Amino acid sequence: MTQVVIEPTKGWLDLQLKAVWQYRELLGFLVWRDLKARYKQTALGVLWMVLQPLVSMLIFTLLFGILLNVPSGNSPYPIFAFSALLPWNYFSSSLTRATHSVVGQANLVTKIYFPRLIIPLSGILSGLVDFAISFGLFLVLIAIYQLPLRVEILLLPLFLLLAMLTALGFGLWLSALNVRFRDVTQLIPFIVQIWMYATPVIYGSQLLPAQYRWILGFNPLTGVVEGFRWALLGQRGLLEIGWPFWLSVGVTLIVLVSGLVFFRRTERTFADII
Amino acid sequence: MQPVIKVENLSKLYKLGRSQHRADSISDLLVETAQGLFHRRNKTAEEFWALRDVSFEVQPGEVVGIIGRNGAGKSTLLKILARITEPTSGRAVINGRVGSLLEVGTGFHPELTGRDNIYLNGAILGMHRAEIDRKFDEIVAFSEIEKFLDTSVKRYSSGMYVRLAFAVAAHLEPEILLVDEVLAVGDVAFQKKSLGKMGEVAKEGRTVLFVSHNMAAVNYLCDRALVLIHGKIFFEGTSKEATNLYSNTGFNSHLVTSMNIRDRERTKGNGRVTINQVTLLDSANQLAASFSIWEPFAVEMEIMSKDFPLTASMWIIFNSSTGSRVLSAFQYDDDIPMTLRSPTNHLRVYIDPNIFSPGIYSISVGSFGKYNEFYDWVDNAIQFEIFNEFITGKPFDHRLGETTMKFRWELL
Repeated sequence: MTQVVIEPTKGWLDLQLKAVWQYRELLGFLVWRDLKARYKQTALGVLWMVLQPLVSMLIFTLLFGILLNVPSGNSPYPIFAFSALLPWNYFSSSLTRATHSVVGQANLVTKIYFPRLIIPLSGILSGLVDFAISFGLFLVLIAIYQLPLRVEILLLPLFLLLAMLTALGFGLWLSALNVRFRDVTQLIPFIVQIWMYATPVIYGSQLLPAQYRWILGFNPLTGVVEGFRWALLGQRGLLEIGWPFWLSVGVTLIVLVSGLVFFRRTERTFADII
Repeated sequence: MQPVIKVENLSKLYKLGRSQHRADSISDLLVETAQGLFHRRNKTAEEFWALRDVSFEVQPGEVVGIIGRNGAGKSTLLKILARITEPTSGRAVINGRVGSLLEVGTGFHPELTGRDNIYLNGAILGMHRAEIDRKFDEIVAFSEIEKFLDTSVKRYSSGMYVRLAFAVAAHLEPEILLVDEVLAVGDVAFQKKSLGKMGEVAKEGRTVLFVSHNMAAVNYLCDRALVLIHGKIFFEGTSKEATNLYSNTGFNSHLVTSMNIRDRERTKGNGRVTINQVTLLDSANQLAASFSIWEPFAVEMEIMSKDFPLTASMWIIFNSSTGSRVLSAFQYDDDIPMTLRSPTNHLRVYIDPNIFSPGIYSISVGSFGKYNEFYDWVDNAIQFEIFNEFITGKPFDHRLGETTMKFRWELL
């Protein structure tokens, strides 16, 4: 028989990852609800998932590729931009969704017990469907431009995982802070906007003078985006130097672990202050 | 036998100052931190013990009611046991799978269909997919919404919404069920059905902790009940004792069983006779302010008279909570004049059962002399409550009209 002991928690605590696994079915349902509800009563429905990345790619191509003539290595600019927009769009929408998630589910948090980690996690997972559709679109573009598919594409899931972990790490911090300080809600659009320009999405890392490129390594998203460009287009970018890539992976891991601990430590007050 | 729930010295402290008017945005925090550098923050954060040293045990298969007025700590207790919020001190040990039902329709998404929401809500309440599949037809039948199963829930009437939500919740099968006031939803017919379902759950031998304002429901469902007052257990005993105590001592909302109206403002009257005190009594002559529909009760008045003997005649008006005059009764209808023979007199009016519909009523009292001379008139002297006793004895069959009366019916 299951025994539960309810006590005030003291000091360090376990991350309850086992409990998250036990509640995986609920996680699945939350993701499913999010997806199903998101495009309900829209005329275009799932078509939005195609339109959004397509339109932003066209705008960036026009502005940066054609007007400003940003170098795009040995790939056409639209492909160059899209290969980075894939992880970037996934990351930014997942981060935003995760940040709003706990506050948005206040009615669940105050009425039902389940590991709260599930809430931001569902925000991270539901973006994967959009990602898959965008990726399909990318393959169509590759076919149109008659570019070869590289073997390295098989490593793409690893870089996607990195994007997920980064979004989760920051999402944990921001969603927990948002419960206490609603300022985070106001802040998140700025964070996302500034972050995009700080990440080599519309430009390549080779745009920076070689001796300063490593600075990009402090941005955990650099590793993700450069990884995508390498796997999809064979552009080595920062991977040329190596260690800045690992630096950005390291930053992700630090944010993730500290985010998990912070979230777990503040989680017990969610129902009281939300 | 090992108790299913063992609660030891459970306490929960809320710091009102902290969550309400202390830093709620980062700029507030910065300002306060800056202030804190210069002068020490006075530690006057209001503290509020929602629960204080609560201890009790629940044995397997017991159905225990928790009663108390709003803010007494009932919901806090349930939320701690449901692991939604943490206690400040103390501990509770629970042996078994817990299902909590603190609200119906938690997690319902208005855009999704009834069918989708059954699965979603079921999962949120802790049911597995296979379990929901198995009970799906039963849930739909119970909710009576077959025709609208594939309609967005936002198009439902509130009644349909609540029925569907309760139907899902009612099919939860945990070993221990925590229920908070969820029976007070829907129309009367559905409430009856819901209560019947809860009764079945209780009879299946599951352990249930049941918070309610409905004394009849507590009496019907529970073997034992706790009365909470200001976060402490005030009484623990059989549900009959507990509900009597709760009703009779006027713990229910803000009802009192006896009211001194000597210094109250008079609507009219020359003061030759004054009504000092109005007291409510149940059929067993106990102080009470809540009565079942089927229960006769009495209103007692303490009447002061300046000169005696004096012929006076009393009257009483019942007002509904919306302020309308529902019913009046006049002593002179008896055709026997009352003569007051001492300075202090006690008069009791016996009210027949089955007159008032469920709700809260107030009583206005007054006194006439001969030739309709107004001696006294106090409006809204005291309030009482008639509750829906739809289990024991007669069910309340939602009638039209504020009062109902027994007449003589003759087939000619």
